[in-house]
Amino acid sequence: MEEFVIPKQPGSNYLNAEYGLKSWLLTKDHKRIALLYLGAITFFFFIGSLYAMMIRLELLTPQGDLMQSSTYNKTFTQHGIVMVFFFLIPAIPATLGNFLIPMMIGAKDLAFPRINLLSWYIYMAGGIITIYALLAGGVDTGWTFYVPYSTTFSNSYVIATGVGIFINGFSSILTGLNFIVTIHTMRAPGMTWFRMPLFVWSHYATSLIMILGTPVVAITILLVALERLAHIGIFDPAAGGDPVLFQHLFWFYSHPAVYIMVLPAMGVVSELIANFSRKNIFGYKFVAFSSLAIAVLGFLVWGHHLFVASQSVYAGMIFSFLSFTVAIPSAVKVFNWTATLHKASISYDTPMLYGLGFIGLFTIGGLTGMFLATLAVDVHVSDTYFVVAHFHYIMVGGTLLAYLGGLRYWWPKISGRMYPEGWGRFSALVVFVGFNLTFAPQFLLGYMGMPRRYHTYPVELVSWQVLHVLSTAGASILGVGLMIPLIYLVWSMRYGRIAEANPWHLPGLEWQTPSPPPTENFLTTPIVTHEAYEFAPPEHKEVVGKFERQQPAES
Amino acid sequence: MQSWLPIPESASTLSGEVDALYYYIWGVTVFFTLLISAVVIFFVIRYRRRNPFEIPRPIEGSTKLETLWSVIPLLIVITFFAWGAKLYFAQYRPAQNAIEVYVVGKQWMWKFQHATGQREINELHVPVNRKVKLIMTTEGVIHDVFVPAFRIKADVVPGKYTTEWFEATKPGTYNFFCAEYCGMNHSGMRGYVVVMEPTEYENWLSGNAGQTSPAAAGRNLYESLGCVSCHGANAEGGRGPALLGVYGSKVVLNNNASVTADEGYLRESVLNPQAKLVTGFGPIMPSFQGQISEEQLLQVVAYIKSLSTSKPEQATAKPAPSATPSAGAKPSPTAKTSSSPK
Repeated sequence: MEEFVIPKQPGSNYLNAEYGLKSWLLTKDHKRIALLYLGAITFFFFIGSLYAMMIRLELLTPQGDLMQSSTYNKTFTQHGIVMVFFFLIPAIPATLGNFLIPMMIGAKDLAFPRINLLSWYIYMAGGIITIYALLAGGVDTGWTFYVPYSTTFSNSYVIATGVGIFINGFSSILTGLNFIVTIHTMRAPGMTWFRMPLFVWSHYATSLIMILGTPVVAITILLVALERLAHIGIFDPAAGGDPVLFQHLFWFYSHPAVYIMVLPAMGVVSELIANFSRKNIFGYKFVAFSSLAIAVLGFLVWGHHLFVASQSVYAGMIFSFLSFTVAIPSAVKVFNWTATLHKASISYDTPMLYGLGFIGLFTIGGLTGMFLATLAVDVHVSDTYFVVAHFHYIMVGGTLLAYLGGLRYWWPKISGRMYPEGWGRFSALVVFVGFNLTFAPQFLLGYMGMPRRYHTYPVELVSWQVLHVLSTAGASILGVGLMIPLIYLVWSMRYGRIAEANPWHLPGLEWQTPSPPPTENFLTTPIVTHEAYEFAPPEHKEVVGKFERQQPAES
Repeated sequence: MQSWLPIPESASTLSGEVDALYYYIWGVTVFFTLLISAVVIFFVIRYRRRNPFEIPRPIEGSTKLETLWSVIPLLIVITFFAWGAKLYFAQYRPAQNAIEVYVVGKQWMWKFQHATGQREINELHVPVNRKVKLIMTTEGVIHDVFVPAFRIKADVVPGKYTTEWFEATKPGTYNFFCAEYCGMNHSGMRGYVVVMEPTEYENWLSGNAGQTSPAAAGRNLYESLGCVSCHGANAEGGRGPALLGVYGSKVVLNNNASVTADEGYLRESVLNPQAKLVTGFGPIMPSFQGQISEEQLLQVVAYIKSLSTSKPEQATAKPAPSATPSAGAKPSPTAKTSSSPK
C-alpha cells in the first residue's frame, strides 16, 4: 500500500463531483447517502432532545406545573420513539457505517447502491409519517406500546406512529442486508476476514440482528394495529388472547435492538482506542467474536423485561441466568480495550477523549445492568428511574459518545476539513460532566422508589426533588456540550483547516486515499498485505519500539 | 439509616435481604469500576505520546488472560444470579396463612376489599407481623402494585389474577405506586399502606365493620346469576360439578389432565367454562364474560373459596385414579400433594 500515489490536489472528490439538489437526492454514492442520513439523523436528534429538555424541566418540581399529564405522557413517549427508532438505531450504521465500510474493506461502494438509496427514502418516509403523527396530536403509549393500553384505551395517534415505525424497519433490514453482502463479496484482494478492522466486524454482527430481529417488531406493530382496528383478539383476554404475549414479542426485537445500538458503538471505540494509541487491538479475535456472541446471546434474554410481569418464576430464573452470560462478551471487550492501552503511545485528541469516556460510561452502564439481571433486585427497581439511568448510560454514555467520537475522528475524511481541536476537547469534557450529572442521580432515585413515566411525585419526598434538580442541571450542561460541536462542525465545513489525506497518520485503508475521497473511493484498487492496525510497515519492523520513524506514511 | 442512605425505608421481612444483595452487587461493581478506571487512567498517563513519531511494539494478546477475565466475571455473576433467584423465589411464592386482600386496579385508582368486607380506595390497612397476600386484577389496562418500603412489585394484568405478598415489620405509613404506565393519570395512581399494631388493626376492622364480606356478596351473586340451578342451592352439585370443597383440590378434566382449582382456575371457569371441563360434565355452562365485573367475579371466587377449608398451598386433593365421573367432579379434600398455583 505504501506505493500508492496520493495526489496532493485531487481534482474531483465525492463532494464536488456533481452539484445540485438532484445530484444528492438521486445519488448512488454510499458517501453521499451517509451524509443524507447524517442530516436527517441530526434533525431527529434535535427533536428528541427538545422532548428531553421538556421532561427535565417538568420534573424540577413535584407538581405538574409546566404541562398537563396527557402532554407529559406524549412528551416522554415521543422522546423515546424519536430517539430509539430515528436516532439511536440508524445513528452509527447508517452514517459512519455507510461511509466507512466500503472504504475500510477497499471497495468502491456497497454491494447494492440503489438499495442503499432506497433505504434512506424508506427511513425518510417512516420519519415523515411519524412526525406527522406527532404534529397531528401525538402518541401517549410509551415507546413500548404495551397492550391493552395501546390497542384499546389510548386516544392518540397509535396507528399513524406504528405505520411510521413499521416502514422505518425496512430501512434497517435493507441496510443490514447491504452490509452483509458487501462484507462477504466486496473485500479488496488480501483483505481477509481477520484483517478487517473491528468496526467492520461489529457492523457485521449488527446487520445480523437487523435482519433477524426487525421483522419481529414489524409483525408486533402490525398485530397492535389489527387489534386496534379490527379487534382480532390476539392480545385481548376477553377474546382468548394474552396481553403478556405482546411483551414477549416486543422485547424479542427490542432487547436485541439495544445491541443494534451499542455494537456499532463498540466498533467505533475499537477503532479509536487502537488508532489513537498506535497499537493493534489486544486479543483481536476475541473482540471480533465477542460481537458475534453478543448478537447471538442478545436474542435469548428478552424475558428479563418481564420479571414482574406475571411471567413464570422458573422462566424468570432462566432469563436471569442468560442475561448474566451476555455480560461476559461485553466485559471481554472492555478488558481488551484496556489492555490495548498497555505500553501504547496514547494521544489526547478529541476522538480519543470520547473513546476513553465511552469505556468509563459503558462500564458503569454494563455493571448497573447486573442489578437488573439479578431477579430479587430487579423486582424492586424494575420500572423505576434505576432502569432509566441504566439504559441512558448505555445509549447516551455508550452509543452517543461513540457516535460523537467517531464523527470527530472521520470528520477530516468526510468533510475534507479539520475541526477545531481546542473546542473539540472542551466540548467532550462538558458532555462527560453533564452526562454524569444528569443520569447518576437517577440511579439513587430509582432505588428510592421513583417510578418511571411519572408526571408528578409526592411533595413530601424532598430528597427526590433534590435529585431531580441535580439531574435537570446536568441535562442543561449536556445540552450545551452537544450544541458546541453542532456549531463548530458546521463552521469547520467552510472555515476549517484543509485536511490532509491522512491527518492522523494511520494505516487503515480509508486513510490511504484523498480527503474527501473521490467518488470511486480509491484511485486504484488497494491490495492488502498486512493486518489491521499495523502501524509500522512489515519491511520496516526495525522502527518498532524506537522513538523514531523516517516519515509518517505521508504528510 | 433512613436519614443518610439513599434507600427507602426498610419495613418488610424480605426488604433487608434485598438491600443486602443490593449492597453486595454495589460493592463488586464499584470495585470493578474503580479498578478499570484506575488502570485506564494509569495507562493513559504512563503511556501518553511523548514523541510524534514513536511506534509502540505490537502485543498480540493472550489466551490465558482472555480465559481469566472471562471466567472470573462469570463466577462472580453466578453468585448474583444464585442469591437473586433464591430471594425471588421467596418473593413470589404465594404466602401461606396470609390475610387475603382483593385488589382491583382501575384507571386511575386502587380498590381494596378485605376478606371481612371492609372496602378501601387508595389506602390499605394491614396489621404488623402478619403475612398479607394481595390477589390482584384489573378492569382495563395493566397496572402494577409497587411498595418501595417492602421491596415488592408485581404487575396487575387483565384477564388473570396475579398475587404478591409481604409481611410488614414496622408500624407506619408507606407509599405505594402504580409502576406500570397506565395512561393519563398514571402518576396519580398512588396511595398508602398503613401498617398498624394488632390491637389498633382490630379496632380499625371493627370500626369499619358492617359491610358485606366478599364471600357473602359472592353468595348473593351465586343466587342472582342463577348458578344455583346447576351447581345446587348449597353448591352440592347437580348438572354442574359440586363447588363444595373444590377450591384447593385437584380437579380431573375430561381430557384426563388435572388442574389445581386455584383462584385463576375458578375465574377461567366462570368466564370461559368450556376451556377446562370437569370430567363427566357436558359443555352446557354459558360464559359470564361481560356479565360480571372484576369486583363481582372476585366475590364469587371468594364465596367458592369459603366453601372449602383447605388452601392450595397446604393441601390439594388428589382423586383416586379410578374415580368415577361424578367422583371426579367432587374430589376429596383430604388427599395431599404439594403444588403451587403459579
